Amino acid sequence: MELALQAGHILLENGAEIFRVEETMDRICRYYGVESESTFVLSNGIFMTGGNDHEKFFAKVQHIPVSGSHLDKVAAVNQLSREIEHGMYTASQAMEELERIRQMPGKRKRTLILASGIASGAFCYLFGGNLGDSLAAFLVGLVLYVYILFVSTPHLSKIVGNISGGTLVTLLCGLLYAATIGQHLNFMIIGSIMPLVPGVAFTNAIRDMADGDYISGSVRMLDALLSFLCIAIGVGIGISILGRIDGGSLLYTTQTIFRPR
Amino acid sequence: MPAMLVQFLVAMTATISFSVLFGVPRRYYFYCGVIGAAGWAVYCALLDASGAAIASLAATMAVIFLSRLAAIWQHCPVTIFLISGIFPLVPGAGVYWTAYYLVTDELELAVENGYQAVKIAFAIVLGIVFVFELPQKLFLMLLGRRK
Repeated sequence: MELALQAGHILLENGAEIFRVEETMDRICRYYGVESESTFVLSNGIFMTGGNDHEKFFAKVQHIPVSGSHLDKVAAVNQLSREIEHGMYTASQAMEELERIRQMPGKRKRTLILASGIASGAFCYLFGGNLGDSLAAFLVGLVLYVYILFVSTPHLSKIVGNISGGTLVTLLCGLLYAATIGQHLNFMIIGSIMPLVPGVAFTNAIRDMADGDYISGSVRMLDALLSFLCIAIGVGIGISILGRIDGGSLLYTTQTIFRPR
Repeated sequence: MPAMLVQFLVAMTATISFSVLFGVPRRYYFYCGVIGAAGWAVYCALLDASGAAIASLAATMAVIFLSRLAAIWQHCPVTIFLISGIFPLVPGAGVYWTAYYLVTDELELAVENGYQAVKIAFAIVLGIVFVFELPQKLFLMLLGRRK
């Protein structure tokens, strides 16, 4: 039981869907002969009861704050639960294995920062920027992720983190634009905010709702929408500041009428 | 044609760097990249003919279809491919334009862009829901034939 709960904990913490968490816990319980188990999983907690001949009643509630997303851990736990089902582990071995997965090192910070830069640059290009714009977006993406890793995640709430992140990106892009690295301010900003966009929360929210887990789905959707909103506010603040600094000429010379298709 | 190829490669790079950010295991990077780029290709191909919402719908469906195939083929959770693959389609640009026009007092354009972003978001939702309803057997069958 403890084992199943731990597995569920790791899955939920690192961005798996509710459905997968429940299924994995069921699978583990069934293999170790827990018959009357029943789980109830929310987006930030697991409630579980069960029992068998050795241990009449087992009930446990665990609160799980949602942190980042490490899909490698999700994949590893999923693999483990399949192997357990094929009878490759005793309970204590499986517990050790879970502990190993929990301590699996994330990617190095240098790699993450570089990835963020490349993603920003590439998205800037995709949305219509030229090479100079992409270079600028690459630089801003690097700085943004340094900011996320060392300032925003450890010290700030999500709301303030996203607003300040959006503002930071906009101001930096304005600076680079003024230094004539990059010709299209708009595309530079669009590319560089991509690492802030809450893709995991958004996608998981939809999938939870499609599975009928409405409570978790709406919590995650709210999380995603709030992040979108905060990024927009941050960018708005940044643009206003840029407009103030040089009396609006920066904005109005670059202004293109962008109509969605 | 070379322009298309460049777009494809850049989309692939973008998707792969996002899969790095989300901690996807290294051996799956390539698949993530191909899936993301395929989604972007579908989106670009349909954008002029049928508008952003329909293009997003079709691209999402393509991404999820491929993700499910890859998940079964590689025996791993579909989430891994799905999240990074869908990233190019999430309306980050729409959010930006909305904020931009709100601040520059172009309310009409702000509403237009915001509405568009919501439409794209709904298209993505529908795409995800539709393709997840397809039975698992179909995917097993497709792979069985291909092997």
